[in-house]
Amino acid sequence: MPSFMSTVRSSVGKKFLMAITGLAMIVFLIEHLTGNFLLLQPNPEPYNKYAHFLLSFGWLLIVAELILVAFLVIHMISGISVFLKKRQARPVGYHVTGSAGKPSKKSFASTTMIYTGIVIFIFLAIHLKTFKYGPYYETTVDGVVMRDLYRLVNEVFSDPLYVGGYVVAMILLGFHLRHGFWSAFQSLGLNHPRYMPIIYGLGVLIAIVLAVGFLGIPVWIYLREVVL
Amino acid sequence: MKKMTLHLRIWRQKDANSPGKLVSYTLNDVTPEMSFLEMLDVLNEHLIAKGEEPVEFDNDCREGICGMCSLVINGIPHGPEHATATCQLHMRHFKDGDTITIEPFRAKPFPVVKDLVVDRSAFDRILAAGGYISVNAGSAPDANTIPIPKEIADEAMDAAACIGCGACVAACPNASASLFVSAKISQLALLPQGQPERKRRALRMIEQMDKEGFGDCSNHAECEAVCPKEISIVHIARMRREYMRAMFC
Repeated sequence: MPSFMSTVRSSVGKKFLMAITGLAMIVFLIEHLTGNFLLLQPNPEPYNKYAHFLLSFGWLLIVAELILVAFLVIHMISGISVFLKKRQARPVGYHVTGSAGKPSKKSFASTTMIYTGIVIFIFLAIHLKTFKYGPYYETTVDGVVMRDLYRLVNEVFSDPLYVGGYVVAMILLGFHLRHGFWSAFQSLGLNHPRYMPIIYGLGVLIAIVLAVGFLGIPVWIYLREVVL
Repeated sequence: MKKMTLHLRIWRQKDANSPGKLVSYTLNDVTPEMSFLEMLDVLNEHLIAKGEEPVEFDNDCREGICGMCSLVINGIPHGPEHATATCQLHMRHFKDGDTITIEPFRAKPFPVVKDLVVDRSAFDRILAAGGYISVNAGSAPDANTIPIPKEIADEAMDAAACIGCGACVAACPNASASLFVSAKISQLALLPQGQPERKRRALRMIEQMDKEGFGDCSNHAECEAVCPKEISIVHIARMRREYMRAMFC
């Protein structure tokens, strides 16, 4: 019987971890997008109250954040490991490459996972620095002093450079999810000929909704604050 | 008889330790009825007549059932025809004047022996690690003494169709052997005869696959598209369930 660590490092175990952490982060993204739709309102109060509500969880929030960071690190380590092993496994490449077509799922999305992943990681670092660890404005809602995150978001997204960067990063996130979602189910061994086409289609839908949702918010704010 | 002219770019490599390169040949007497391997036979006859070394390529039954033929033809293992091994590919699928690039299967665990011949004994070592069942010695049992539901028998038969050619590895962007290994694990895990070694088999075959240096599976499913026996990645999913079952159940 192999040890737990050798299981985790095996080709099957590695993808198992990548799938679980990936799906968990998709769940987080869905929550994140749902909350952020409050930014579309011209009234800053609901969004600031929502952000304040999240912060009121205190240590529970920190635990949740640490779990997310751990998932991200595991996801990245397994992804980089797949990439490095792939390069070792084929030291001499082909002069001509192609695809045999259906039922292959090889696509731009599936062959660029490492690159879209790296861009998303860089984006994430900038994103956290800009907002979570960005300037601290205060406001008072219903007599409660809280962070005015709405103001910071509006300021940042009045810069076309930021908005453009977000649009590019979120389109790449869409490609990452387009292969990542269904692939996670396959990696977990959940492939049934009847349900897999539904999961595959759902992956496309999730990729589009999350990408368009997340890039739509900065574009909307830019239009509202600067153009109109 | 209609003759075609083909421009071939073929990987020539003296031996495992020499560097190789693509060499161009023009062949004027190809007929559409020829199989791809017969076309290479004709090329070799010309080369031998000229006193040159013929192109080495693997082949045996030429009936699409032995798994010996290989070749990456214009970037696709076993060429452009779906569910067809190279030996069953015919020249009618090419046009007069076409340029065809022929390369060996590429993966570190499949080292080139000479020209287009690669050593696929990594697959034999994976099979030896767990791709077997225990049987009682003595007279053969009567047929159908162990009842097996039709659907299960069909699914096991689909996996058992694997001829071990290695096209899945050649096509995989990661050079993963997951489709081959999963076909073997799946076939035996489905049948009652495979039960005694079920857990051990999954663990050992996957361990050996990793040890041989194949890449990890990224679910591109390109393997399924090139497989001459159309083996589905559903079997890769089953292999992963078998591995987790062996580890934790």
